[in-house]
Amino acid sequence: MQIEDYRGVFIFAQQVDNKLAGVSYELLGKGRELADVRGSEVVAVLLGSKVENLAESLGQYGADRVVVVDDPALETYMTEPYAYAFSEVIKKNKPEIVLYGATAIGRDLAPRISARIHTGLTADCTGLEIEPETNHLLMTRPAFGGNIMATIVCAEFRPQMATVRPGVMQRKKADAPKCRVERMEVKDLAAHRNVEILEVVKKVSGKMDIQDAKVLVSGGRGMGSPGNFTILEELAKELGGTLSSSRAPVDSGWVEKDRQVGQTGKTVRPNLYIACGISGTIQHLAGMEESDIIVAINKDPGAPIFEAADFGLVGDALKIVPLLTEAIRRTKERKATA
Amino acid sequence: MEKAKDLKIAVLIKQVPATENVKINPETGVMMREGLDVEVNPLDLHAIEEAVRIKERFSGGPQVTVLTMGPPVAAKAVRYAISMGCDGGAVVTDRAFAGSDTLATATVLAEALRKLGPFDLILAGERATDGETGQVGPAAGALLGVPVLTYVSKLELQDGRLTAERAVESGHERFSAPMPALAIVIKEINVPRLCTLGGKLKAKKTEVRLISLADLGLPVESVGLRGSPTKVVRVRYPQVTRRGRKISASEDFEKAVGELEHFLAEVNG
Repeated sequence: MQIEDYRGVFIFAQQVDNKLAGVSYELLGKGRELADVRGSEVVAVLLGSKVENLAESLGQYGADRVVVVDDPALETYMTEPYAYAFSEVIKKNKPEIVLYGATAIGRDLAPRISARIHTGLTADCTGLEIEPETNHLLMTRPAFGGNIMATIVCAEFRPQMATVRPGVMQRKKADAPKCRVERMEVKDLAAHRNVEILEVVKKVSGKMDIQDAKVLVSGGRGMGSPGNFTILEELAKELGGTLSSSRAPVDSGWVEKDRQVGQTGKTVRPNLYIACGISGTIQHLAGMEESDIIVAINKDPGAPIFEAADFGLVGDALKIVPLLTEAIRRTKERKATA
Repeated sequence: MEKAKDLKIAVLIKQVPATENVKINPETGVMMREGLDVEVNPLDLHAIEEAVRIKERFSGGPQVTVLTMGPPVAAKAVRYAISMGCDGGAVVTDRAFAGSDTLATATVLAEALRKLGPFDLILAGERATDGETGQVGPAAGALLGVPVLTYVSKLELQDGRLTAERAVESGHERFSAPMPALAIVIKEINVPRLCTLGGKLKAKKTEVRLISLADLGLPVESVGLRGSPTKVVRVRYPQVTRRGRKISASEDFEKAVGELEHFLAEVNG
């Protein structure tokens, strides 16, 4: 393998029902950064059926080139046809780096490609950078429940591949988008189907995504009971924010899993994160430490959450939050009538 | 249609530290496993449970073989699976395997499955609680060239095919695949049983085979650190420090809430 022959940062532009997954844009943002360091291009690989219309928005978020494999066999995600098509794209284009979102689809797809083309794959990365001396990709990821961060390299094989945790990398619009669309045909894709889809059931969504919220009011075990989350909802409403949670309330069934912040939940970076009755395990901190401002309210003055907070208030969240909501409401009314 | 009694099932499991406070050898980046309490990876218990349920569902009894890669003491994990109802098992163990990444581990397990098999169905857990990659199962399936179904929350076997429900972000999907196949189950699929005293006694008496690199016949450069495209180059223990202002509400409650409100008004416009 001539490592120098491998150029460019390729990202898997994941789409379902002709809609791109948010993480695809985040991969472009990070991919752009890495490609600029390497003086190479960012290429989005778009697989699906009748999906070429998505290429434009990939260009707007930093892709120099979109490779489209458009085939009826790729209409619904299925591992083998997708893994085969993507492997063919890699063989033809010899990318230096390939990034996938660490979604159910990305985590299903990437190991299959890694085994097929025999190269390394690092799971669930939260940090990616180029090592200046070697030009290798440094892939950093949490392990052992977030208790350690390991940095991994793939020095002797190309492409260097990673799945990337959604919500961690930043999307960025290109200043002057200039994107080439390139169709690639992969023969006999349908023959690679080895499973049959019987049924696809979509969850009724339309619910908020805590990853999009500017303000999050988050509750932990210290809230004591599911009913007490209503006082957090009221505060969130007053601040124009959304309710989120640490792991314990989700495990106890007080709050839906969609709202969980942390290592096994979602990574969030709102402008303001208010942690109420959350002790602040390393797993929780990993999911919110990049919030612009962190406020912590907790009875225990020794709770680790205070180490991570810009403003800490030692006291009972159950008593403080309703007063706080009321105070904010009053101030607003005063301003409105002034 | 195969007769159910001829069905051969394999379960891939991993022995993991029973604690999250692990130490890493700073020179090699490899975990220091010596002297740690170990257990069967909790997510693998669901794969074991599913295999035992399939065994119980078919009269005649499919054979369930447990397979793990690790040090010889990982036989303890295999015995635990046997005490839950599996029939037998093996540990693939060799000093040459040390430092294997996910691809090298999958290479070893795939070869061991070929040697011990062929299996009609291979089950695995979603990921291990130590490395947390979730990559070994899918890669092993790819190397074996069998269909792999990930995130399986429900599994049925009929007429030589399996039907699986997969949980994905957008909802769920039902798939049907021919066997042999590999299915990776999530914890929602079942509640693992506790092992019985009888099970433990049976496990104690069952011989757990040790399989070496030579038994597999794989080239030494395809396993261990040498056979691993990825290497850990640095490990750090994450620390989050901001340490902004901290005030107490114990003395002047109203004042403390007022200060917080003022702070929020400033940062939230």
